Formats: sequence, C-alpha cells, structure tokens
Amino acid sequence: MIELRNVTRRFGTTTVLKDISLAAEEGSFLALLGPSGCGKSTLLRIIAGLDRPNSGEVILGGRDVRNLTAAERNVAMVFQSYALYPHLTVAQNIALPLAMRGRSRFERSLIGRWFPASREKQQEEIRRVREIADQLGIQPLLERKPSQLSGGQKQRVAVARALVREPSIFLLDEPLSNLDAKLRVQMRAEIVALNRRIGRTFVYVTHDQAEAMAMADKVAVMLDGRIAQFASPRELYETPVSMDVAAFVGLYPINFTKAADWTALPGGFRLPPGSLPQGKQVIIGIRPEHLFPDPEGPVRGKLVRMEYQGAEVLLDVRIDGGTLVKAVAPGDWQRAEARGDLRLSYLPRHLHVFAAGSGERLELARDGQHEDERATTCG
Amino acid sequence: MRLIDRTRAEALANLWLAGPATVAMLVLIFIPVSIVALLSFTDYQFGARSFNWVGFDNYLILIKDPQARRAITNTIVYAAIVIPLSILFGLLVALGLHSVMRYAPRLSAVLRAAYFLPVAATLVAMAVVWQMLLHPNLGLVNHLLAAADIRGPAWLSDRGLVLYTLAVIGIWQTVGYNMVLFLAGLAAIPEHLYDAAEIDGANRGWERFWTVTWPMLGPTTLFVVVVTATGAFRVFETVATLTRGGPAFASDVLVYAIYREGFVYFKAGYSSAITMVFFVFVLLFTLAKFRLMESRVHYR
Amino acid sequence: MNSRNLIGRAIVLALLFLGAMLVLTPFFWMLSLSFKSQAEIFSPTISLFPDQLQWDNYRAAFERTTLLRFLVNGLVVCGGILFFQILFALPCAYALAQRRFRGRSLIFGLVLAGLLVPFHVTAIPIFLGLAELRLLNTYGALILPFVASVFGIFLFRQAISAMPVELFEAARIDGLSEGAIAWRIALPLAMPAATAFAIFSVVAHWNDLFWPLIAISDPALAPPPRGILYFRDEESGTDVGPLMAAAVVIVAPMVVAFLLAQRRFIQGLAVGGLKG
Repeated sequence: MIELRNVTRRFGTTTVLKDISLAAEEGSFLALLGPSGCGKSTLLRIIAGLDRPNSGEVILGGRDVRNLTAAERNVAMVFQSYALYPHLTVAQNIALPLAMRGRSRFERSLIGRWFPASREKQQEEIRRVREIADQLGIQPLLERKPSQLSGGQKQRVAVARALVREPSIFLLDEPLSNLDAKLRVQMRAEIVALNRRIGRTFVYVTHDQAEAMAMADKVAVMLDGRIAQFASPRELYETPVSMDVAAFVGLYPINFTKAADWTALPGGFRLPPGSLPQGKQVIIGIRPEHLFPDPEGPVRGKLVRMEYQGAEVLLDVRIDGGTLVKAVAPGDWQRAEARGDLRLSYLPRHLHVFAAGSGERLELARDGQHEDERATTCG
Repeated sequence: MRLIDRTRAEALANLWLAGPATVAMLVLIFIPVSIVALLSFTDYQFGARSFNWVGFDNYLILIKDPQARRAITNTIVYAAIVIPLSILFGLLVALGLHSVMRYAPRLSAVLRAAYFLPVAATLVAMAVVWQMLLHPNLGLVNHLLAAADIRGPAWLSDRGLVLYTLAVIGIWQTVGYNMVLFLAGLAAIPEHLYDAAEIDGANRGWERFWTVTWPMLGPTTLFVVVVTATGAFRVFETVATLTRGGPAFASDVLVYAIYREGFVYFKAGYSSAITMVFFVFVLLFTLAKFRLMESRVHYR
Repeated sequence: MNSRNLIGRAIVLALLFLGAMLVLTPFFWMLSLSFKSQAEIFSPTISLFPDQLQWDNYRAAFERTTLLRFLVNGLVVCGGILFFQILFALPCAYALAQRRFRGRSLIFGLVLAGLLVPFHVTAIPIFLGLAELRLLNTYGALILPFVASVFGIFLFRQAISAMPVELFEAARIDGLSEGAIAWRIALPLAMPAATAFAIFSVVAHWNDLFWPLIAISDPALAPPPRGILYFRDEESGTDVGPLMAAAVVIVAPMVVAFLLAQRRFIQGLAVGGLKG
C-alpha cells in the first residue's frame, strides 16, 4: 500500500512536484508516466526515501515514513543504469543488501565474519543468492563482474538484487530504457509476471507510454510536476481528461482540429446535435487509428502522402479547411495513386472534444443510439 | 520510534564525514598561515616568553640588508635559469621521444624511464652523489676536465659559480618531469592536424612544429611553466645538503633562509617575514595555475 | 623511407642517448663508487667499473650507521602519513562530491584555498604547536602535520564526483551507512585516484628533508634523507664508499618501485603538479 498526500518538492525556486496525491493498492502495478523533466523520477526518489518532500506525507503500508531512511523503508529499487557495484561480483552484488540487513556491524567486520554466528548467516546468504539467481536464470553469471555482463544480464542482476531481500515495495526507474527493442518487450512480460508472482506493490517510472499501458494496473500521467490523470490504461486511452494527456497517450500522435463552433467543424466532422452548449469554442481530437478511408465517409480531404508499414498504411490527409490529419488504413488497403481526393470515416464515440482555452475534456451529452453507427454521410 | 529525526541524522552524517578533515585543515593550514602572518610583524624568538610588535621592520631588513636580500635575488636568479632551461630540454626530449615512439616504442619507453629517474630518486641522496661528482679534486667532473687539460673549478665553494651549479642540478632533476607533461600534451594532438598541415604545404619537420605542435602545446606549456616555477621557488634540499646557503650567502635561497633564521637562529618573527615573501611568490604562480586549470578542468 | 629521414632519426637517437647518459651519470657514478674500495676511489685514475665487485661498503654502511633504522623510520612515517591522509580525506571528499549540505561550498573553498599553501609556510606555527604539546622528536611530529591533505581531498572529490549518483542511491537503499558507502563503494571505485595519490604522497614524504630537519634532532627517528646527512656529516666526506652505498640503499626503494610501475608512478607524480 502506497499513499501520497499533497506531496510538494521544490529545488530552489523551481517547484518540481506540485501537490501530488495518489494511492496504490497492495500488490498493484502503478506506472508513473511522463516526459523527461516532469518530476516522475523525483517522486519515485521521494517514495524510496532518497529525497524528501518540502511538504506532504508519504505513507507506506499504513505508516508515515517521513523519518525513515531508504534502507528502513524496506523498498527495493531498480535503476535505469542498473547501478550495480562495479567492483563486486554478481553474487556479492546480490548478497550485499542481505549482509547489510542480516549481520551486525561486528559480524561484517574482518574479524567478526569468521565467527560461527556470522558464518551461518553467510551460508544462508549464499543459499538465498543461489535461489534468486535460479529464479532469474543468472546462476552461471554469479562469479562475473558487472562489466562482463550484457545489458539484459545486468538488468536481471539488478532485479535479483532488489528481489533478494523481499522488499514490500518495488521501485523501478526506467529499467528497460537501456535495452534493445526485442529484449525490452520480453523483460516487460517478465517484470509483470514477477509482480503477479510475489504480490508486492510495484511503482514503475517510464517515459514510454506503450510500456506503461502494457504493464500497469493504473497509470499516473505526470505533466509539469502535476498528476494530469490517474487512471487505468483503458480509461487513459478512451477518456483522456485533457489535450495534453490525449497527446501523450497512444501509439500515434492524436489529431487535433480546431473549431469555432461545434456546428461548424472542419472537414465534415460532426457532433450529435445538442451534445454541447451553443457557441463554445472547441477542439476535436481523433486518433489516427480511429480515422480510416471510406468512400462513403463524411470527412473529405486530399491524400498528401502514404507510408506502407506492413500491417497498416499511414495516411497524411489534408482535410477541407486545411488541417493535416493522420489516418490509418489496413495493410491490404490499395490505391492507384498516392495523391488525390479521399474520404475518411470514424465512429462518433472516438471523437474527443476539448475546451479550446483550457484544453480540458468536455463530456458530450450523448444519446446512446449513435454509439455504434457510422456517422452518416453529410451533404 | 527514532530518537532523532532525519534532518538531524543527515546533519550528523555530514559532520561525521566532513568534520574531521575540516578541523584538521583549519588547525594545520589556515590557523598556522594566519599565525605566520601575525608573527612576521613581531620580534618573537622561539622559546621567548614575550614579544614586541615591530611593524614592518622584518620586511625592511629583508629588503635593505644586502645579505638578507640575497635570499630573494638568488631564488629569482635560480628560477630564471631553471625554468626556461628545464622546460626547453624537457620539450626537446619529449619531441625526440615522441618521434622515436613511432618506430621504436620499447626504446622510447626505456629512454623515458631514464630521463624520469631523477624525479623519483631521493634528491638528498642524489645531492650527496653530486657532491662527489663535483668534488674539486676527486670528482668525476674535474677528472674529465683535467683529461682535457682544463683545471676544473670548485663548483660548490666558488661564490660566483655555486648558484649556477645548483641550477644545473635543479635542471637535471626537473627535465624528466617536464618531459612527461609534454609527452602527455603531444599524445593529445590529433594526428589529422598533421595531415592537414601537410596538405597545406607544411611538410618539413620544423614547419610542422611551428604550424601544429607548438600552438597545440600552448596550454601544456603554460602549465609546465607554472609548475616548474613553483618547484624552482621551493628549492631547498640541494642547498641544505650541498652549500647551506654559502659560501657567504652566495647560494642562500628563500626556503633555506626560512629554515636557517627560524630553526637555527630561532628568529621566528624574522623567519615568518621571509615565509610571507616566499608565500606571495608561490601564491602568484599557483593562482596562475588555477586559472589555467579552470579552462581545462570543470568543477561541479 | 629515404636516407635523409634515416640520418635524421640517427641524429635524434644519438642526441637522446647522449642526454640520457648525462642524466644517468650520477646514478652510474653512485653505483660505481659504492662498489669501489677506498684505495680505488682515491686513486688518480678513474674508471666507471670497479676493479672488483665488493660489498664491503654496503656492509660498512649498515654496520656503522643505523641505515636500517632510517629505512624503517621512512616506512613508518610515510605509511602513517598516508594512512591518516586517506582516513581524513576520503569521507570528506565523498561528502563534498555526493551529498548536499550547508557549508559544502565553503569547505570546498577551503580545500581549494589550501592547495595554494605550501607546507613551508605553516612550518613555524606547527613547530610552535608541537613544541607546546611536547611532541617534537617523536614520530608524531613527523606524521601529524601532514594528516590533512587538501590535495587528497581534492583528488578524491574529483574522482567521486565522476561516479554515477545512482550507485550511491542504490547503496543507501541496500542499507549501507554513509560511512560504509564511503569506504566500501567510493574507495574501491576511486582506486586509480587513490593509487596516484598514494604514490605522490609516499614519494614526497620519503624524499622530504625540510620538515625532518626541523622537527627531530634524534638520529634514531630520522627518515632516510635526514639520516644520510647524519652519516655524511659524521664521516666528514672521507668515507665515500659506504656513503655511496647508503645513498644507493636510500634511493633504491623509490627507483625500483618506479621501474616496476612506471605508468602509475608517472601518473602519480604528474598529478602532483596540481598541488601548490
């Protein structure tokens, strides 16, 4: 269980975290998603106890941890650079947190380590290290130094070091960003599986929305030191609370088109009548994957460019009114010429409407009947 | 429940980490420097129960008394000889070794070790050896000169000669050090600059030296100058071993004067004044060095 | 490769050899004299190589002086100085490099300012202080004044600053105390800097004459350079063979160490140029 209440952090005159509040349930997988500089890493370091908020509370497992050091909070952290100790072997790297916890200062000292009590604990540590190494498939690497490992192996060792002392919370700071694309996808699945298996709370910092969407139970989208939206991946995608969130989430950048009035949308977009108050300036957002070629479609434009990607075809279309939008066609979509008139269609429920000034989402007063129909051709 | 909160614990950790060194620095460097500065205006003698403030008297003696002044002038003359020559030789040797490195790297390394040997060797012991080499009757140097029918002088007891003899030993000891710094500077010059110079028509050795090597060595050279200068102003071991500032103050230098006046004659006040003069000289060079370093090293 | 180039190379090599010979002459001569008998040294003919290799001078050097004692003193003093220097400098450097606290820039300012002060400047007050504490003529007098090495702090700080912050954060999460981080993480990783500093420090203090000349008058405490002067002054320059043998013995540790680890040695001493 993690709970943050009104956490604020300033460095000098700049406020990097503004009044952050969120909660994660025991055993859940929470992602902090945002562009670099949004404060997500600072927030993670505050949870870890490596940094302290100027105000606000951090509550871990039901108790206020303000006066606990990082070590006392019983958190584990996997760093972007892995932060393995270069002068220690893999086995020593994994065993170090155990030794620091399990043995007294005397039992770790040059003399004390030869005493029976300490010897026993060392045996136990070795056993634990082997067990963890087995689980993660790094048994053959135990005697190597970090410099002799590949990126993926380092990653596993870093996870092993975090795992070995059975922390109550797992913090991961962009742990996959130094891996190649293929390995990243594989490690994603392994980390999620780990979360399910050990049932501890995971907090995962990333700037990659695909990672956050794929892995997390709940995602906190952080923009400019605030939590812009805290929701499940599906909610984020389907009902982003603002233009910024909508722009940040999703594989392809969302299309925005401005409209003076909902009745005068560009290019043939339409909103159900009466769904918005009259005379309000709005911005329409629609994701490229929700905009597809349809000879009968209501949106008219000119094809400017197409990009064949195998599974799908990316289209750049200049719609009437001049706005350039992206649309996605299925991979087998064919067309003789790469230019010329093109009609596009969409489902009304895929339209996002934002207030032009604040960028906030506007809820449409929908009557369900339009939901599953295609927008009817207009004029 | 913890007894102290984290702010307190962090502060304690900082105190524990940085405190001892800070106290040691204050006690062993900064407080002594201020005491020296104060003492230089007194007539304090080691062992005396009291002292008087004498204003600038100590400094005036140092400037006015011809004998006392020799410590300053000798140091400057010594430095004026050692600095340019040890740098020149250091550069020449470095250039030579750098070119040899291309076709005979092992040989180059052996020669480099030979030139560097005096830097590592205990100077006092080597000074004793120099004393034997320069012995008026038995020394190797005068033996060799005699073989060429030249009557060798008394290198270390001739008033006119002694300072130059010491300077030669100083150069002997410093060349290797400067060579190493220049070698590092040479190694840092990218090869393609020479290719470019060759395309531009500078294909003779000395042309390449003036168009590429020398300008590229600029920062190194400045650095070597200040390092050599600080070293030269601290000359002490050879003087203390070979001449004790004699004969008749002909080889007296600042650091030796500090030692003699302070710890042989126990004139702590006067010695402090000499110390301050020495300090000012070294300070100027070291500040110059820091300025140079700032353009190369980045402090966080 | 044309002939002009070859001649150029030959000239350069010849000059370099000549220079090296000149530089090495004192070393050759020292060795040569150390093996010659009294009679041969004072004979009017000179030869680089002794008539016969004889170790009498070395035996004499060890028997007639406390040469061994000088070496042990040198070891104790250099070892003691280095031990305390690192003991003080490393934790401070770690704090300066990887921790944020009030007074940090002030302390670093002190370190930089301290680099400007040669030891000679502080000699008089330190002498007074040691006299006050009745520590003159002890090992303490030879070690204590050097324990605060601003240069050491500076070097270690530069090295530790260059290490990734995450490493130290990982260590904090793993439960290491700040002291443990300094000694168990920062020191092993700062080994190159530590080696350079150790070489610089040991060479400087093994070779130092100024302070031993001031701080001690008991020959039993003399480090090698001070010791060889006692020897020379007693023998008033007549017993050249044993004196040269003693010089060889005193010079040998540093020279041998240098020849064995040239690269590190040169690095260590070159880095010493940063010190005022």
